[in-house]
Parts: sequence; C-alpha cells; structure tokens
Amino acid sequence: MTTLLNIQRPPVFCPGCSHERVVRTLDDALQRLGLNGEQIVIVTDIGCAGLFDTFFNTHAFHGLHGRALTYATGLKMADPELTVITIMGDGGLGIGGAHVLSSCRRNLDINLLILNNFNYGMTGGQCSVTTPVEAWTSSGFLNQLEPPLDICRIGKAAGAPWVGRLMATDRELSSRIQEAVVYRGFSMIDIWGMCPGRFGKRNKISLKQIEQEMSLLPEAEGRVSANERLEFGGHYRSLAAQLQCADPVGRIDCKFSPPVSSRCDILLLGAAGQRINTAGEILCLSAMSAGMHVTQKSDYPITVLRGHSVSEVVLSRSPVGYTGIIKPNIVIALSAEGVARRKKVFSLLDEDSLVIMADNLEIPKNNARTIEIDFKALGVPSSEWALVSLSMLAADGFPITEEMLQAGLASRFADR
Amino acid sequence: MALSFIDGNEAIARAAVRAGCRFFSGYPITPATTIYQQMLKLLPPLKGVCLQGEDEIASIGFCLGASMAGLKAMTATSGPGISLYSEQISFALSGEIPLVIVDVQRLGPSTGSATKGADGDIQFLRWGSSGGLPVVVLAPVDVRDCYILTMHAFNLAEQYRCPVFIASNKEIGMTRESIEIDSLDTPDLLTRKYCPEDQPYLPFQVPPGTMIPPFLPIGGSRLVRQTSSTHDPEGYITADTDIIGQVIERLDKKLVTNVDTFTFFEFDSDPDAETLLLVYGVTARAAKTAVEQMRKGGKAISLLILKTLYPVPEDFIKQCINEVKRVVVVEMNLGQYVREIERLAESQHVSHFGKMDGELISPELIQQVIAL
Repeated sequence: MTTLLNIQRPPVFCPGCSHERVVRTLDDALQRLGLNGEQIVIVTDIGCAGLFDTFFNTHAFHGLHGRALTYATGLKMADPELTVITIMGDGGLGIGGAHVLSSCRRNLDINLLILNNFNYGMTGGQCSVTTPVEAWTSSGFLNQLEPPLDICRIGKAAGAPWVGRLMATDRELSSRIQEAVVYRGFSMIDIWGMCPGRFGKRNKISLKQIEQEMSLLPEAEGRVSANERLEFGGHYRSLAAQLQCADPVGRIDCKFSPPVSSRCDILLLGAAGQRINTAGEILCLSAMSAGMHVTQKSDYPITVLRGHSVSEVVLSRSPVGYTGIIKPNIVIALSAEGVARRKKVFSLLDEDSLVIMADNLEIPKNNARTIEIDFKALGVPSSEWALVSLSMLAADGFPITEEMLQAGLASRFADR
Repeated sequence: MALSFIDGNEAIARAAVRAGCRFFSGYPITPATTIYQQMLKLLPPLKGVCLQGEDEIASIGFCLGASMAGLKAMTATSGPGISLYSEQISFALSGEIPLVIVDVQRLGPSTGSATKGADGDIQFLRWGSSGGLPVVVLAPVDVRDCYILTMHAFNLAEQYRCPVFIASNKEIGMTRESIEIDSLDTPDLLTRKYCPEDQPYLPFQVPPGTMIPPFLPIGGSRLVRQTSSTHDPEGYITADTDIIGQVIERLDKKLVTNVDTFTFFEFDSDPDAETLLLVYGVTARAAKTAVEQMRKGGKAISLLILKTLYPVPEDFIKQCINEVKRVVVVEMNLGQYVREIERLAESQHVSHFGKMDGELISPELIQQVIAL
C-alpha cells in the first residue's frame, strides 16, 4: 500500500483539529480499496474542510461554498468510472442544503463526507445548522433560536440509500468510508469532530462529551434498505439507450412560385383549443413551399387550455426584417379573447385589408373588406375554424394557393 | 432548395449538438426552456447527458464538473437565472473552464415579464461576476445567427478556455422562421488544446508565447487540479501577489487582445453617409428595414450590426464610426451598450434611443429617431 497523501503539502490544521485525523483515515481507506490517485477526484467545499483536496495526490476540484455536490454530479455523469469523493463542512451543508437533498434523492454514485464540527471555523466560529442551542458561538444568542438539524435523519427522509454517522476518532471510520465509497449509489457520512481553534475555545467540551451527544441521536449505520434502488447514472444510461435519435430538422421543398409580390402580415386571433398556433405554422409551411421567407410568433397565457391564442405571421419574398405586425394585411378573427388581445389594430385597417371572421363575433369598427363565415351552418367544430379560414385564403389564391396549402398540410402532418 | 422552420432556441440546441456539445443542464425558465427540451431530445440518444438541476446554481455547477471531465457543455436560462449563475460564472472565468451560457433575455427587472423580450442584460452579462474580468458575449439577430454563433461560441469557449455567452432574446428564441440550414456558413470545429503526452503538465502552466494553459481532463491518467481560488501554475491556492497579478492580467489579455479574430458583425456602409445606425440583437431586423426605407427616400445612412459585444471590439468600432459625424445607437434597454460607443467616440456625436416595454422597436420609430 502506498499513501495518497501529498508529501509536499502536509495538513495545516490547528493542533487537535479532528480534520487532520480524517485526512489520515481517508488516506487509509483509499489505500485499502487499492485505488490510484488517477481514479479518484476529491471535490471540496469552502471552509477548513475545503483544504482537503490539497493534501492528496488525486484529481482535485475545489469550488464555491455549498456547491461541491453540483461539480461532483457533473464529473460523475461525464466520467462514470471516476471515484468521486465530496468533502464539506457543516457550513456547506447549510448553504448547499438543496444540493444535499437532491443528491440523496438522485442517488448518483457519489460519496459525501461531512466534516461536522458545529460551527464556521474559518470565519471565526459563527453558528451553523448543526450548532447545539446551548453552545457558545460568535453568533451571540442566535444559535439559541434554531435547533441543530440531524442530517442523517434528513438524508434518510430524502432517499439516501447509505447514511452513516461516526466520530472522527472512531476506529471504524476507515472501514465505514471504504463501505461508503464502494457502495453503488449516493452515500454520506456525518463525521463529528472538534474545532479546537473556535468551538473548543468557547465551549468546555471534550470529544467524549461530543460522542455522548451523538449517542442520543438515532443510529445511522450504512445501508438504508428502504431507500435502496437503481443508481442514477446507470439508470440514466439504460433509459437513454432505449431512445431513438431525434429526427433531423424538417425540410420542405420549394417548388411553387409565390403569389405575393411583397410582404404580407397576417394576424390570427383566436382562443385556446382553436389550433391557432398550428394554423399559423401551416400558413408558414405553405408559403415556404413557394420559397417565401416567413416568421411566426405566438402569444398565449400560461393557462394553455384557456384564454386567448394569437399568432402573428409574416410572409415575404425577400428576407423578413422587422417581425412585428403593426398594420396587418389580413386578420383572421375567430374568438372574442383573441380580438380583445389585439383590439387596437382594427382602427388601422383600410379597404386593402381583409378580415375573415366568425359570423357571430363582435369586432371593433374598421374599414377592411370582410368575409364572415357561418361555421355552425357548415358543421365545422371550433378546432377547425382556423384551418377552414386558411382554405378560404387558398381558394382566393392570396397569399397562398391551394397547392401551397396542400404542401403545407402534408409537411405539418407528415408523421400522421 | 429546401427550407426548415425553427425558432432561435431550437437553432441553438441543434447547432450546439453539431458543435460537439455532449453535456447540457438547465432549469426550466421561460423563454429559455425550449433549449433544455430540445437538448433532452437530442443528447441522450447520442450518449450525451442532459440534466435538470434542482436550481440554476446546480445546473451550471453540473456543467463545470462535466466540462472539467472533458465534455463540451452548455446551459441556458434567462435573466433571473443569470443572477443565480453569477458566482459560478466567475469560477468558470478564473478556473478557465470552457462553457457556453445562453441567456434568452426577457423583460426585467426581477421576474419581470416572462414572455416579453428585452436586451436588458447586456451590461449584466459583462459585469455580473465578481472580479470584473472580461467575458465573451455574442448577440444573434435571428435564427440563422443563433445557429452560426452557437457554433462559434463553442469554438471560442474551447479555444480560450472561458465562459461564452449567447445574448439571445425572447423575440429571437421563440420566433420561428424559415431557414436554409444547408447553405449556412458554419465554422470548422475547434476543441480545447490538450497537453501532449511527452510534455510535463501543470494545470495552469502557460507555454511560452501563448496565453492559454493546455487542458487535461479530471479523471485522466495525469492528475489535474481545479480551483476557484487564486492559484499558481500547479493549481494550488497562492498568496504570492506576483503570481496572482500575472494570472489576472493573462485572463484579461487572452480575450481583449484577440477580439479582432472573433469580431462578428454586418457593416453596410454608405460612403456618403454622415449618420451611422448602430444596433445589435433583434433590433437589427427593424434597423435593416428602416435603412432600406430611408435609402429609398434618398437618405444616405450606414448600418453597423454588432454581433460580438464583449470584449468590445474597440478598434473595429472606431474604424466604423470614424467614417461618420453622428452615431445613433438603438437598443431594447434604457441605454447600455451606448456607454461603450460614447467612450470610443472622439468627434462624433452619439445619440441613443431605447425602450423597455416588451414591444419590439419598429422601423418607423428608428426612422423618427434618426430624423431628429
């Protein structure tokens, strides 16, 4: 066995700091597992525990406070063979709580060691999420207000399949770390220790007393059988392997000559369920079959099954510049909600404009040429009104022809 | 000829995959969500990884890990997500981690209007990370640009080992348009330069005469150290102010001194023009229409559409504005990029028009502004 410790950079912790003990124990565990430094990445957080990666001859990734698990996740998903060990203190546990919970739930094969010494040592001994209420910290009385959290209980509740809690001095620590690292899934160990520089200075407490406190908590001894399940990375890859490659971007051949000499702006005003967006798309595809340039924008509320649905379509023989529609050439008005959404445009319409509308609909006064359609008499359901309106345009031959509409429909519904 | 009908977000996703992106993670946010949805369709069947983070901080953090393992990575969000990315962006910058970040801008401030466009994040992208070092910001005008600039963004991220932003806009990302993909002038693909096997490797050691440290992946056969802290060539935290100063200067210079090689633009110059209209992003579409109409009316005018916003291509902009007496900057915010033009202008008069109400700036409005 050869040590993975970085001889050039021995630990620099305060005398009596439990972190140093854990550095040596982690080295022992990794050696016993027979791992080389190249097979391991140590991902560290901010704080005294954040120094860990520098003491090892392994790959190292030292990042932002609380975010170590996010890098660990990216590394492990990108390189499933890598042994990923994440080190954070009780500070990182607090600020990165969302990532801890998510890692427990995700069950990616990462090992998390929490170096829990009940305070923020590096910044001067402020209280953390694990500080006992009776402790003295440099956060004054604030730690009396919030009880410490039991991360093992939380981890189990969040779905972690391997949860352990040990003293930094525990003789079992090396073998427990080995078990956790070998475990195929998310594993975490809550390692309790002493911060002699800060916590130990203000609180007359020994490691023995800390161990006694620990004994009052429910045990956490490794596998949590109720949470054992497929490991995320392997599961991801097996599900992904069943997926078909996505279709290439659809293409429509340009085979007709466009019946439009310049730009034509079309506004479709309807409601959810009237397939306004689809009609706008078919209009665009139809125009594209004649090599025209098109743009389409949609406007609908977050309640996609209710409310207005507006589609703005621009067709042009030359590239479309401005994609907004100020004065439309054609308005297709099919519901009160859609009309209300764009009521200002009607006053701009003139005798060159065309309005195609449902015959029962009220629209603002305007000077456009108007075609009213009695959809009910035609026996057409509301979901088809927009498509029928397009066929009216095509029958007129402007701005699309019937053969263009056929090509547009064939392209849109190619897979049906 | 065959045309396709896609929006800016799909163009970015398709181009990313074509550029070799094999890792994406994001968090749903309008109007960027469809980039994530596209990547979810595209990547997993290619043995790529697409994840939904528990929040934006996690999403970009996943990307940083994956990029350091050697994959080309991308994330996408909108203004509120960029805020949450901020600390990780400065990490990508200082740790020289290649990453493409898409900001499909929506109307701010704050949660603002999720479905309305704006270019309100332009200075935020440049300055929204601690330390204030330069980043690359590319601004597409339309779906075509989304495709081409995304491929350039990956090349730049790889070549310079840095985060590269694509400053899109709801009005580009969620507008579908016709595009002839086969005719696009796409760049050859670049990948980060690896340290040759016969050469010693220190993670942040820069070979003489170059400004970028060669890359090796975490997980490879030689040990790699990455750190968000000020570091020496070995990747260890350092307090040596000489080393710190040199690294910071290099991080600045590697981009600023090379911007001429990645200045993307369209310059439509009229030798008789006294006025230059300067725009970027979706506003360029209205500007083109406005310029066309003004020229029909007999007015001489030049148009500069900038697509590399940061680092500011100073020499190039100076050249363009030196041709005229007056520069009019029009943008979908209350005056952000105009600040760069004001500091570059010498004798030229610089005027500005901007608005933020969720509506596009129209060609008519631009003509009125220029007529003033």
